[in-house]
Amino acid sequence: MVKIRIDRERCKGCEFCVIVCPKKIITMDKQLNSAGYYPAIKIKDKEKDCIACGKCYQMCPEVAIEIWKE
Amino acid sequence: MKKVFSYPESLKKTKFSYCPGCGHGISQRLVAEVIDEFKIREKTIGIAPVGCAVFAYNYWNFDVTEAAHGRPPAVATAIKRVLPDRIVFTYQGDGDLASIGAAEILHAANRGENITVIFVNNAIYGMTGGQMAPTTLLGQKTWTTPWGRKAELSGYPMKISEALGQLDGVHYIERVAVNNPENVLKAKKAIKKAFKNQIANKGFSLVEVLSMCPVGWAVTSVEALQWIEEKLIPVYPLGVIKDKSKST
Amino acid sequence: MEKKILIRGNEAIGEGAIQSGCRAYFGYPITPQNELTAYMAKRMFEVKGVFIQAESEIAAINMVFGASLTGVRTMTSSSSPGISLKQEGISYMAACQLPGVIVNIQRGGPGLGNIAGSQGDYFQATRGGGHGDYRTIVLAPYSAQEMFDLTCLSFQLADKYRNPVMLLSDGIVGQMIEPMRQNWDTNDKNIEWKVRGEDWILNGCKGREPRMVRSLLMEEGELEKLNWELNRKYKKMEEQEVRVDLWNIEDAEIIIVAYGIAARIGKTVIQRARRQGLKVGMIRPITLWPFPIQVIKDIAQKVKSFLVIEMSLGQMVEDVRLAIEGKRRVHFCGRPGGSVLEVDEILDKLREISNLK
Repeated sequence: MVKIRIDRERCKGCEFCVIVCPKKIITMDKQLNSAGYYPAIKIKDKEKDCIACGKCYQMCPEVAIEIWKE
Repeated sequence: MKKVFSYPESLKKTKFSYCPGCGHGISQRLVAEVIDEFKIREKTIGIAPVGCAVFAYNYWNFDVTEAAHGRPPAVATAIKRVLPDRIVFTYQGDGDLASIGAAEILHAANRGENITVIFVNNAIYGMTGGQMAPTTLLGQKTWTTPWGRKAELSGYPMKISEALGQLDGVHYIERVAVNNPENVLKAKKAIKKAFKNQIANKGFSLVEVLSMCPVGWAVTSVEALQWIEEKLIPVYPLGVIKDKSKST
Repeated sequence: MEKKILIRGNEAIGEGAIQSGCRAYFGYPITPQNELTAYMAKRMFEVKGVFIQAESEIAAINMVFGASLTGVRTMTSSSSPGISLKQEGISYMAACQLPGVIVNIQRGGPGLGNIAGSQGDYFQATRGGGHGDYRTIVLAPYSAQEMFDLTCLSFQLADKYRNPVMLLSDGIVGQMIEPMRQNWDTNDKNIEWKVRGEDWILNGCKGREPRMVRSLLMEEGELEKLNWELNRKYKKMEEQEVRVDLWNIEDAEIIIVAYGIAARIGKTVIQRARRQGLKVGMIRPITLWPFPIQVIKDIAQKVKSFLVIEMSLGQMVEDVRLAIEGKRRVHFCGRPGGSVLEVDEILDKLREISNLK
């Protein structure tokens, strides 16, 4: 079991996490955050596919992603 | 559940002021992680440059000073000489290190100062709006090279890491990039080594980080990752440039 | 009898620094201050301090910046063209409120000038010198003894105010060899001995919150706030730190105002002038900034006129005129370019002044 948390207020919408995720579980939100960016969000029901590889964490320039693992 | 990838202690919770897709956040996080892993946060003094990374003192959760443009190696030299048991590093951009501070980095390296240098090369001056840097590529359009950099007018992309590698005082130099997860991990390994060298009193270590500046390059964030691969790396090849511990 | 040693002015500065606890010195070769750098190379080794011959004056002052923020007493020295290069770092130190001593053994200018002693850097020294709204305390020694004493005072004042202090001398006082008392009189009541501030230095954040040293203040009103804070400090310096040497003032009708080497010449002039019946006295500012405005104002009430002598085209003379506010005539006699003022030419000027209505 893996849990991933994306801080939507830190995110600036660069999309790096979206393109590096091998399981394609992240997408861009259609709602702006308070800074005016479309932040990255988890795709509904896809989190269970996460393998905690950490690629999104490594590439996130805002250090907006954290990952937990059972 | 156990946190496997988490926010490092050596970073404050302050949001970065960098543009979307900028590589500084990644490099500064890597430095913070390495400092956490060596448990040296309470004895580290960082030196922020002039340029986009000047605000590093707002982000790192340890003692940080700003230095005048290009002078971090001189400031670091004095701090390390006065406090040899502390960990002292500079974090400098290409304008700061390779242009206005070329003399300071050259002589700190030549003296073999036992400091760590993180040199972020994004081939442009970001903070001032995207002017030509010494590391700007031939043909690259910037605010001050509107038709692209021409060698006959502005010389060539400066391979300062290779130049520094010629100096006897230098212990270790490696060039890395932060444009994909695998490269980020290699960058972290290099940064870790550069700090480990200082802890072991081995002398001058420098890691050049090829880093994204999507706004300065006028590309999207995702295109910037590709830009590093296709444009920067062919001119600035990745890998170890000098490592005294391997040559002896 | 108190023991004295023979010492060169430049070396007296070095000894003063060592005895004041300076343990980090950064220099770069330039004549006529080289004896000081060489002295520090030797003495820093003996006291286990840090000595670096930097790659440039710019690097040297930035090393002073770095050493200062760790809490160590630190100094750099140079001569006129090199001091121009140091202005960057001095401005940053003033902004970051870092103490440090900068020695200028002036030579002729502008440009590369020559290597003879001169006084052409008064404007640069007393107006801050670098960019932005700031001040440095400027002390002007005129003998080997004062090279020593005022160096000690410089470190005290730098610490007291957390501000750069400049010791402004010249190639002649720097090169002169004179007797000197070796121990600084620490009973100067004007000085608070102060332990280096443990609350602002960077030495690793063990057991405390991390600190930052910076001069980029981009938030609305943030920089103005610092400027006003600095200004309060400068006002305090103006109130507390003016130092001046008065000589033959009591019955004087004409007052010579001179500092440093010009004051040495001035004293000979006064002795000879008095033998010729001219009542001449001297105000010798020891602090060029803060300038002894009130002292000059008060004395102006009692005398006929002033003669400012400088080894320049006239720089301090402007401050004397500002102090006197047009109430007395202020004459000037000076020589630029490292040429030495002759006693006779000053005497001629004095006679000319005394004949004026």
